[in-house]
Amino acid sequence: MLVLEKNAMTEEIEFLVDKYGKSRSSLLPILQDIQRKHNSIPDFAQQEVARVLDIHPVEVFSVITFYSFLNTNPKGRNIVRLCQTITCDMTGKSSVAKALERELNIKFGETTQDKKITLEYVNCLGMCDQGPALLVNERVYSKVTPEKAVQILSEVK
Amino acid sequence: MEKKNRKGAVLFSAYKRGEGIKKAIAKSREDILFEIREAKLKGRGGAGFPTATKWMIVSAANSDLKYIICNADEGEPGTFKDRVLLLEYPELVFDGMVIAAYIIGAKNGIIYLRGEYAYMKKSLEDYLECMREDKLLGKAILGRNGFDFDIEIRMGSGAYVCGEETALIESLEGNRGEARNRPPFPVTTGYMGYPTTVNNVETLASIPHIAIKGGEWFKKHGTDKSTGSKLFSVSGDCRKPGVYELPWGTKISELLKIVEAENTKAVQVGGASGVCIPQSQFERTLAYEDAATGGSIMIFNESRNMLHVLKNFMEFFVEESCGQCTPCRIGNVKLLEGVELIKKGNYTFAYINQLKDLGRSMQVSSKCGLGQSSPNSFLSILENFKEEIFNGYGGSNGK
Repeated sequence: MLVLEKNAMTEEIEFLVDKYGKSRSSLLPILQDIQRKHNSIPDFAQQEVARVLDIHPVEVFSVITFYSFLNTNPKGRNIVRLCQTITCDMTGKSSVAKALERELNIKFGETTQDKKITLEYVNCLGMCDQGPALLVNERVYSKVTPEKAVQILSEVK
Repeated sequence: MEKKNRKGAVLFSAYKRGEGIKKAIAKSREDILFEIREAKLKGRGGAGFPTATKWMIVSAANSDLKYIICNADEGEPGTFKDRVLLLEYPELVFDGMVIAAYIIGAKNGIIYLRGEYAYMKKSLEDYLECMREDKLLGKAILGRNGFDFDIEIRMGSGAYVCGEETALIESLEGNRGEARNRPPFPVTTGYMGYPTTVNNVETLASIPHIAIKGGEWFKKHGTDKSTGSKLFSVSGDCRKPGVYELPWGTKISELLKIVEAENTKAVQVGGASGVCIPQSQFERTLAYEDAATGGSIMIFNESRNMLHVLKNFMEFFVEESCGQCTPCRIGNVKLLEGVELIKKGNYTFAYINQLKDLGRSMQVSSKCGLGQSSPNSFLSILENFKEEIFNGYGGSNGK
C-alpha cells in the first residue's frame, strides 16, 4: 500500500469510528462499510481499526474470518452469489451454475482476471418460493434461468 | 403471491399503523402483559418459549437500560416469512416492538437484519423515519411523557448461527457469533450485560393484534397448547408456493391440498434442522405439541432422491457450524461423510448405526440449537426412507 493510500484509509476509518462510535459494538458496522467500499478488509485496515478501537488486531481478524460476507483477501468488484439450498437446487440451480461458469470462464470461488466478478455459492437467501435465487452484491434476483443469469452478468459494471 | 391475495385470521387481518400502540398505552403495562399471557403466545422462531414469561422477567428486572432485539436473521433453509412481513407488513413488526418497549420499559430497540436482506434496509429505515414523524417512535411517543423508544437497524454478515439468540447478541457486541453458555439468560444478562428480550419477527408482529382484540380472541385460533395462527413458508414441489397463514393444528395433508401439491413423498417440517415426514404420517398436525416448526415447509414429490436432499442439508450444517463446540464441529462432518458413503454404496450397517448414535449424542451435547438440531434430518430421513436409501443403489433408486 502506498503512503497516500494508507493515509486515506486511516482517514476513512477515523470517519467511520466517529459515525458509529468508539466501542467494540461498532466493529461490525465499521468492517461492513470498509468491505462494501473496498471489496475486502486489507491487513492495514485491520490494524488501523484495531488501533482506533483500542483492541488487538487479532480480534479484528478473528471477527472478519467468522463472517462469510467479510474477507481479508481481495475479491472482484462485484460478488455474484448463487443460492445452493435444496429448493433452489430443485428448481434448476445446477444449470444456472453451469451457465455462469461457462460465461465467465471461472469456477465457483474464483474471480475473473479483470477483477470484475467473483462467483460464490451462498446458503438460503429466503427466496425459496421463487428459486433459483441469485444475489448480486446487495440485489436479489428470483426465478433465474441460465439465460437470465447471463443477462444479469452483462448488466454488472 | 401478492399481498392482496393473502388472507389470514390473525396476522394478515386488517391493521392500520399505530392502532395497536394507541390501544396498548391506554392500558397499564400489567394489563397488556396480562392479555399476552392470556393469549398464550409462544415464540414463533421455533423454540416456542412463552413470550409473556420472557417479557415479565425483563420488565421486572431493575435496570436503567433494557433492550428489545428483533431477530430478523432468518437463515433457516426454506423460511421466508420474515422477508414478507418486513417488506409488506412492517407496521405490524415495528408496532409490536413499540408495544413490547412499553411493557418492559425499554428505550432501545435493535433489528438484527441478516446480511442477505441488505436490500430491505433502505425501505425499513424510511419506514422508521415515517414513524418518527408520526410520533410513533422517538421521545414522548403519542404525547405520553416518559415513553421514549427508538429502533436501530443492524446488519448481519452471512452467518446462520447468529439466529441463535446469544450468538446474535455476541455479533451485536462486535464479536464472533458464537453462542454463550446459559445461564445467565439474555433476559437478565443480555446485550452489553443488560436485560434483553430477543423475539422473532413473527412473534412481534402478532402483538398489535393481541393488543387490539385481546388474548381471548387470539386463543380462539389454533389448538389448546398452540394458540393463534402461524405463517408457513411453503416451497418445493407444489403449484402454489408462498407464505400462508393457517391456524396451528392444521394437518399436513390439509396444507398440501391448499398449496396444490401432488404425488408428495415427503415434507420437511422446520427446515434443515427440522424433521422429514413421510407420506404415512401426513395426518400429523403442525403444532408445538406435534410437528413443531418455525414456519419452513419444504415439499418433495416422488421424483426426488431423499439422500440427495439429506446431503444438501448436511453440507449446509458443515458450512454453518461455528466450530466452537466439538460435537457440532466434528459431528456434522462425520454425518456428511456417512451420507457420502451411502451414496457410493460403500457402507456397513454397523457404521451407520454408530453414526445414528453420534447424531443422538450431538442432540444432547452440543452447546447451542444448531448442533442440537442438525442431526434431526439425518436421523429422520434415514429412518423414514430406509427402503429407498439402503436398496443397494446408493439411494439413487434409479432416479
